[in-house]
Amino acid sequence: MTAAKRKTRKTQPAKAAPAAGAKELGRYLREMLLIRRFEEKAGQMYGMGLVGGFCHLYIGQEAVVTGVVDAMDHEDTLITGYRCHGHMLACGADPRQVFAELAGRAPGVSKGKGGSMHLFAVDRNFYGGHAIVGAQVPIGVGIGFAHKYRGTKRVSVVFFGEGAANQGQVYEAFNMASLWQLPILFVIENNKYAMGTEIRRAKAGTELFKRGDPFGIPGEQVDGMDVLAVEAATGEAIARCRSGQGPRLLEMQTYRYRGHSMSDPAKYRSREEVSKMRAERDPIDQVRTRLIKGGHASEDELKVIDREIRETVNQAAEFAQESPEPDPSELTTDITRDATGA
Amino acid sequence: MVTQTVREALRDAMAEEMRADERVFLMGEEVAEYQGAYKVSQGLLDEFGPERVVDTPITEAGFTGIGVGAAFAGLRPIVEFMTFNFAMQAIDALVNSASKTFYMSGGALGCPIVFRGPNGAAARVGAQHSQCYASWYGHVPGLKVVAPFSAGDAKGLLKSAIRDSNPVVFLENELLYGQSFEVPDGADHLVPIGRANVLRAGSDVTIVAFSIMVGEALKAAEALAGEGINAEVIDLRTIRPLDAATLLESVAKTNRIVTAEEGWPYAGIGAEIAALVMERAFDELDAPVARVTGADVPMPYAANLEALAKPDAERIAAAAKRVCYRD
Repeated sequence: MTAAKRKTRKTQPAKAAPAAGAKELGRYLREMLLIRRFEEKAGQMYGMGLVGGFCHLYIGQEAVVTGVVDAMDHEDTLITGYRCHGHMLACGADPRQVFAELAGRAPGVSKGKGGSMHLFAVDRNFYGGHAIVGAQVPIGVGIGFAHKYRGTKRVSVVFFGEGAANQGQVYEAFNMASLWQLPILFVIENNKYAMGTEIRRAKAGTELFKRGDPFGIPGEQVDGMDVLAVEAATGEAIARCRSGQGPRLLEMQTYRYRGHSMSDPAKYRSREEVSKMRAERDPIDQVRTRLIKGGHASEDELKVIDREIRETVNQAAEFAQESPEPDPSELTTDITRDATGA
Repeated sequence: MVTQTVREALRDAMAEEMRADERVFLMGEEVAEYQGAYKVSQGLLDEFGPERVVDTPITEAGFTGIGVGAAFAGLRPIVEFMTFNFAMQAIDALVNSASKTFYMSGGALGCPIVFRGPNGAAARVGAQHSQCYASWYGHVPGLKVVAPFSAGDAKGLLKSAIRDSNPVVFLENELLYGQSFEVPDGADHLVPIGRANVLRAGSDVTIVAFSIMVGEALKAAEALAGEGINAEVIDLRTIRPLDAATLLESVAKTNRIVTAEEGWPYAGIGAEIAALVMERAFDELDAPVARVTGADVPMPYAANLEALAKPDAERIAAAAKRVCYRD
């Protein structure tokens, strides 16, 4: 493949979100609430011992994956790191199977063999949760390589955190994605903290949307707490990727309310900082306010939606609790497959 | 049969499989316009074009991850490492991504990919360019690991590796690239992964080796024959899955076994075979298993020291005599 010459668009800072209709807002509300309630329940179940190991919650970041997936075509693919519960739900995976996987139970999406950090929904074009920081970035570029190799118009959407944005392989992947003009949308979920390290303590240059500039990858900073802004920026970027203009990068400015994982008390930041973010920027509250102020829904109607979603999540947790652990024979299956792939 | 070098046999294997399956492509440093750092991909760019013979920048972690992603998405990449020493930059993609994802996804996402290139010591290239990775990759469930000696096996095994739906680490050897062998004609020649080959039948001692050490083992057997010791030589061909049946059958016959490898002794392939034989053929043994390995040192540059660090036919023969109590 040869490098093509093209004009690079100037990297853009965040801009204001567009308006949206009642139907759209209602959908966003439901999708984000599902992730929020699911994660709250996962945290609760972790405390009770149903979920083991590491468990990285997505609470606070719901607008990012919701807006991005909404802007994707159904044939486009996505991949992310270990904070992947929200991505599974946004792709439409069955919450019961996702919860069963967190619990390490037989009906889990990975038969209980992957766990919280290794969720996959290949039939929904989600290539998974990968738990080595940054490793999913070249893999996601490889998926985009395959899209182009086959002559399709599909776009590969590659999520990673701002912590991963320091990994060398990310820039190796940027280089080849641009050199070969691959249809890749890089989405940096900048939640400000790489585990306990605040972004300014780990980065020489915190304007992550500019990190594609040396490779000719135009970037844009997006208010990742506003699902409408996320959807609009993603739609525009994906359209450019799809039209053969090479990769694009979006830096989603977001925030996680909980610790890095369940074992992190998050003492590296103040309670005030978290409460302020929750009070002023919460992605779900923003949509609720829009629905009510626009006269699209009443408080009571929103309560009904919340109740329905809580019910779905409770059922998923119950399903996980009641499901059996994998059969011992599963220990030695799925290591290799028949040479032919059968 | 045709006479071919290992280099030509590998090239033909790739060309035949690329003709047969459009999902197969080759990527790596200098594979296209330069025709391969060791000329293994000679002519492939002309036949298949730059979309399927892809020159990469010098960026192993990046292009290996890209290969793995392309395999997840259903293509059948052949990733060439200029040498396996450089794959250390990318070992995470092999071990954590290529080998484990099928298991972690409960069988939903497989990785049909071949990682190939020269492995082990060449000549006078020093410690960072002279290392055998058979034991490193052989350690990993989910990977298949192949290390052929002859051109015929190189071709037949590479074709099988490309057709295989699992990640396969294909260890070549620079010093073997120019050696000629008889190779079966035609595009149907396949050698199954996971089967060792008894190259020379014998009754007194089994010598098991892989890759370039097979040549040394054959020379050792020749020398031993002159001293009245009838050695059986097994070319392991595949490191993982190990062909235990062929090894155990041979030990049941000879009651003695010598392993030969270029790699270090500690947790090496010889150690694995010694454990296998001890666990499953203890009562057959008339002598302890003997290991012939590379010296337990980083490879030195000086010609005399390098020769001391590398195993050869003489040391294999000496080990065989020792287990026959003939030294």
